[in-house]
Amino acid sequence: MSARRRRRAAAEEEEEEEEAAEAGSDKEVDLEERLGELDLRIDSDVPDVPPPTDSTPEILKRALSGLSARWKNWWIRGILTLAMISVFFLIIYLGSFMLMLLVLSIQVKCYHEIITIGYRVYHSYDLPWFRSLSWYFLLCVNYFFYGETVADYFATFVQRREQLQFLIRYHRFISFALYLTGFCMFVLSLVKKHYRLQFYMFAWTHVTLLITVTQSHLVIQNLFEGMIWFLVPISSVICNDITAYIFGFFFGRTPLIKLSPKKTWEGFIGGFFSTVVFGFIFSYFLAQHQYFVCPVEYNSETNRFVTECEPSELFQMTKYSVPPLLQAVLGWETVNMYPFQMHSIALSTFASLIGPFGGFFASGFKRAFKIKDFADTIPGHGGIMDRFDCQYLMATFVHVYITSFIRGPNPSKLLKQLLILQPEQQLSVYKTLKSHLIEKGILQPSLRV
Amino acid sequence: WSELQSENKLDGETASDSESKSEFGGSPAVPTSDDTPEVLNRALSNLSSRWKNWWVRGILTLAMITFFFIIIYLGPMVLMTIVMCVQIKCFHEIITIGYNVYHSYDLPWFRTLSWYFLLCVNYFFYGETVTDYFFTLVQREEPLRILSKYHRFISFALYLTGFCMFVLSLVKKHYRLQFYMFGWTHVTLLIVVTQSHLIIHNLFEGMIWFIVPISCVICNDIMAYMFGFFFGRTPLIKLSPKKTWEGFIGGFFATVLFGLLLSYVMSGYRCFTCPVEFNNDTNSFTVDCEPSELFQLQEYNIPLVLQSVVGWKTVRMYPFQIHSIALSTFASLIGPFGGFFASGFKRAFKIKDFANTIPGHGGIMDRFDCQYLMATFVNVYIASFIRGPNPSKLIQQFLTLRPDQQLHIFNTLKAHLVDKGMLGSLEDA
Repeated sequence: MSARRRRRAAAEEEEEEEEAAEAGSDKEVDLEERLGELDLRIDSDVPDVPPPTDSTPEILKRALSGLSARWKNWWIRGILTLAMISVFFLIIYLGSFMLMLLVLSIQVKCYHEIITIGYRVYHSYDLPWFRSLSWYFLLCVNYFFYGETVADYFATFVQRREQLQFLIRYHRFISFALYLTGFCMFVLSLVKKHYRLQFYMFAWTHVTLLITVTQSHLVIQNLFEGMIWFLVPISSVICNDITAYIFGFFFGRTPLIKLSPKKTWEGFIGGFFSTVVFGFIFSYFLAQHQYFVCPVEYNSETNRFVTECEPSELFQMTKYSVPPLLQAVLGWETVNMYPFQMHSIALSTFASLIGPFGGFFASGFKRAFKIKDFADTIPGHGGIMDRFDCQYLMATFVHVYITSFIRGPNPSKLLKQLLILQPEQQLSVYKTLKSHLIEKGILQPSLRV
Repeated sequence: WSELQSENKLDGETASDSESKSEFGGSPAVPTSDDTPEVLNRALSNLSSRWKNWWVRGILTLAMITFFFIIIYLGPMVLMTIVMCVQIKCFHEIITIGYNVYHSYDLPWFRTLSWYFLLCVNYFFYGETVTDYFFTLVQREEPLRILSKYHRFISFALYLTGFCMFVLSLVKKHYRLQFYMFGWTHVTLLIVVTQSHLIIHNLFEGMIWFIVPISCVICNDIMAYMFGFFFGRTPLIKLSPKKTWEGFIGGFFATVLFGLLLSYVMSGYRCFTCPVEFNNDTNSFTVDCEPSELFQLQEYNIPLVLQSVVGWKTVRMYPFQIHSIALSTFASLIGPFGGFFASGFKRAFKIKDFANTIPGHGGIMDRFDCQYLMATFVNVYIASFIRGPNPSKLIQQFLTLRPDQQLHIFNTLKAHLVDKGMLGSLEDA
């Protein structure tokens, strides 16, 4: 007993010294010390994470060896930015399926990054089962979401295959059973001395799943709505990042928020206006091509995704009267625009004003857990999560925006539900629909349709 | 008997004694105040403390069960309100534990933000439910119609406001605490609020889908306790030393039997088996309908094996009773994992009970820990095996589509029916 007390006292003293040196305020010491008491391992040597390994490729290093450190960093960031943008364009060219795969890989990588931080914070890398359980839960949740998406969009594909039908019909039950298995494994894996750690990691896993997996599925749903709904929001966020940085670089003076000392009000406002203009112009170009504008559909005959359709009215040029205020400025009375461009203003505004909060959240998170970057995947930029932190709020916003203002209920989902009904119910529904359509003149009664 | 002795010792004490050898100290558990009403205290003052505890628990159990029956009698609206109150109390209990663990009671904004998030998530879920079940009422009232049309957008905006307030409230020296509490709040919301809404969905499906699962879990609790009391010998799991295999298995069989009997009794009454509907004219809930085939007596052939035992060739049962076997099985076999999870949680954070709301039992969360998994299971079960999509709802959704989409769906449905031979060449069937 006394040995334990001595050890505990020693640890407390050591920690107190450390904290006193670091903080210097009574309340802080008190708080951190109490926190340390509770969970000593968290605070004693929280990974001021092992110094980030320099993953810059050799080539770049040699090419830039002549320049000073600051410019070298700037060049690396610049080159990597261009590289990422090129990869982005390449993937867009390759089509929707590749985009889906890309979104999936990014999701898995972000999840991995955040979970790894959790391991390090809690020194729980050696906990029994925990790594397997975290990946298992990722699998379950992905299975659940992909099942819901796939069932919707691949209705015709699924109809033809019996085994898939069974999986779809009982999808929720199967997903729940899978999740429960993981849950029971977690309960059975609770080890006497590590209860708290295990619960922390369990919660950490679930919050991470909530953030990364749900958002990535919203991104994919936006994608199916039309590639433009995927491209414009992402580009707006990237543009806001870059232009806010540039405006801040040249004109930055007033700090914006204590969390991120590098951000300035000038950058924020300048970024806002540039992003709106960028979004406006970018949507003008994209709205002209069917490839971007049409909902992605799966063609069961050719077994591939097609984007061909009659562009909806959102993407047809309409004449707008310029309000008298602007008429004087611009000199035009009417202007030809796509209605989508008005929506793009809403999207860009969100990307510039609220998107950064996602970045602040991530900054706060990094400071809370004393890490510089989420990981070292991208030289000069940090981890994948560092690039995507603003995108998450954006994806959810776009999805909510589409469901509220643009798209009515999803026809494929409705169709799927109709096909599950009992045959007698289907017949009666059929008759009701038929009489409705005839009434509205959409269906000609005399025609043998 | 030694296992039973430990029932009176604090679980937390035993656990923390051994745990403290490895995890240094820890904040003292919230001192438990004796909540037992004066009346009971005086009445039982003569008995030894062990029997006193037993009596207090017993009386409170009966009180809770009686309360349960009264609420059922009062109808769906009151039930919904009770579910809502239980949810809020559970949320409060868990959040308070978080505050105590992190000593973060004084963090700026945090209490307000937690309650705000609870409000947002509830608003979102109730909005979805209300829109479904009160469709006609909503369509009639103009402000409700707009709220329901842009429901997701409004909920998201409300949530975002909370999120931005959180980011703005980050204080330099308390980042980690604030993030922990943020995470804690969200996980709690995920558990408590989603499940309570699934319970309400089950309730709307028919009160029997609400009553039978909850009763099975309660019955399993009580039966496992009794079997353990009388026959308990082999410990079940290290997490909960009081539980025994005898209790577990005895509880399983007793619960299945209980479920069968309870469903038999309840299936006879319309007020339990009919979906709860909102009657627009009387502006109240009604439970009146033609009982579905689940609740109509049918003849079943007894498998040969049981025939010799039971002596009957056929038996008249409600199909629902077969489902009740599935529900009771889940309640007895998997439900306890919810209890183990809560026990683990209490040991991890060195608390004896979630709170002191119910004398002898602890907090509301202590009573409801097994119910959460059950509610989700029942909901998934109903969605997968019982309820198909609602045809009238589908027609309503159809009417909101664009004409070309309507035509496409109509043609696909037609092709499907022709395929199945239901339409043949009849065009005007």
